[in-house]
Amino acid sequence: MKNRSVSFWLFITPTLISLALVVFVPFIYGFFYSFSDWNGLKATEFLGLANYAELLQDEAFISSIWFTIKFAVASIILVNIIGLGLALLVTQKLKSSSILRTVFFMPNLIGGLILGFIWQFIFISAFDAVGSALGIEALSGWLSTSETGFWGMVILNVWQYAGYIMIIYIAYLESVPEELLEAAEMDGANSFKRFWNVKFPLVAPAFTISLFLTLSNAFKLYDQNLALTNGGPFRSTEMVAMNIYNSAFKEYDMAYAQAKAVIFFILVAVVALTQVYYNKKREVDL
Amino acid sequence: MKQKKRNKLIIGVIGTLLALLWLSPFYLMVVNSFKTKKGIFSNVLGIPEEWTFVNFKQAFIDLDFVNAFMNSLLISVVSVTIIILFSSMAGYALARNKSKISNALFMVFVAAMLIPFQSVMIPLISLFGKVDMLNPGGLIFMYLGFGCSLSIFLYHGAMSSIPASLDEAATIDGANRWQIFWKIIFPMLKPISVTVMILNIIWIWNDYLLPSLVLSAENATIPLNMFFFFGQYTKQWHLALAGLTLAIIPIIIVYFFAQKQIIKGVTDGAVK
Repeated sequence: MKNRSVSFWLFITPTLISLALVVFVPFIYGFFYSFSDWNGLKATEFLGLANYAELLQDEAFISSIWFTIKFAVASIILVNIIGLGLALLVTQKLKSSSILRTVFFMPNLIGGLILGFIWQFIFISAFDAVGSALGIEALSGWLSTSETGFWGMVILNVWQYAGYIMIIYIAYLESVPEELLEAAEMDGANSFKRFWNVKFPLVAPAFTISLFLTLSNAFKLYDQNLALTNGGPFRSTEMVAMNIYNSAFKEYDMAYAQAKAVIFFILVAVVALTQVYYNKKREVDL
Repeated sequence: MKQKKRNKLIIGVIGTLLALLWLSPFYLMVVNSFKTKKGIFSNVLGIPEEWTFVNFKQAFIDLDFVNAFMNSLLISVVSVTIIILFSSMAGYALARNKSKISNALFMVFVAAMLIPFQSVMIPLISLFGKVDMLNPGGLIFMYLGFGCSLSIFLYHGAMSSIPASLDEAATIDGANRWQIFWKIIFPMLKPISVTVMILNIIWIWNDYLLPSLVLSAENATIPLNMFFFFGQYTKQWHLALAGLTLAIIPIIIVYFFAQKQIIKGVTDGAVK
């Protein structure tokens, strides 16, 4: 297909136009307005870096970034350990393997909003009931403190996302040649050694994928946050995405919210580009 | 050998226990949706002492379930269809044209995946509001814009296994690009189309934030009505849980019939 051919442009025009109007135009537009006093409809004054300077003083925004980073770190570790554990479990050729996969993956089909509401009930009512039945005080009053709000978010995310990451690990585990494992067994390697010395190196690429998937998922999380804690108590469990939303659509501080959105883009882009860099490097190493 | 069998048994038991643990939130949701308010208060963990279906009746009405379901279905199906048609066309054109412009355009599509939704959300709503496009039509157009990058990326990848000689042979037979694509190439892209369909439908069906900013009450989808419904009945768990159960039923039914394709689609989307 030649550049000048009508058909080439005909084929890419619909997606190109929609992408431009939905992503690039708003992105550029928003970038410029983040330097102004834009109220969503019009801007009257160029403010330079004033919005960005204000961000540095904004405790709620800074604490939402810290909360998001803490959440991301806890999630990445737990999701990957449990996801890999589940993957190893369901690749053991059990009779129930395919049912187990189906069950562990299921939460990922349901929207974060609904999952958040279900877990609100679990943490508030079911935890309380289990706690009083077993006499464990730590199980009551969940989501009412920032501590339990944090762990509530992590538990929900691990429960949902471990099954997703499991799927990725399975794809790599199943590509480990059977002969290799049999040969290792013949040589007297026990199951731990077979995992550590044979499977593990071959599954390593899945770590990079899973790590960054978990990371970018944690950064963009909004629905679960809204449904489970709505940022409470006292905005202590508010994540970056929610902080931006609230600035814009609750406080109607559009230009300021957009400055946050630009910073947010930079954070997410740095994460994603690091991944691209590592993937490239890995391909070279192989 | 005996030890191996025993190990397998232990692993099987652990797996079953974990699966039950994973399902426990759903179990608690379902059993409590059949209880009265008092029933939940006195007994959260067990099955209902007396079963009631009233919760479902009221949740069904208050969620405006039929309407919301039809809105969700319409928006998801139309959006996904458009994404498949237009992204496959673009993926094909970009893969077959090896020029610099084509490569650059492909990079532009891929680069758009770096931009998170929240970074464009505010100006997007402002711009579309100005031209009066905050309606289902505008929403579908937005889904095409947000969904096409990954879809084009997947189609572009799948094209590498379809030899260009097929196109050439068809050209000699007198077919034009349009005919070649729809008659020969598009049917061969079916496996990746299934993947694209699954990934996009899971996302769009469950999406809350974008439609909450775009749609008005009469066009509300299931997640939007769920949000209002839940806000209305906080602390009335028997109703809230019945609503949540209702909202999940369609998904579970589809999952039951298409689990293999769904899991394969998600794997392909993540690993490629």
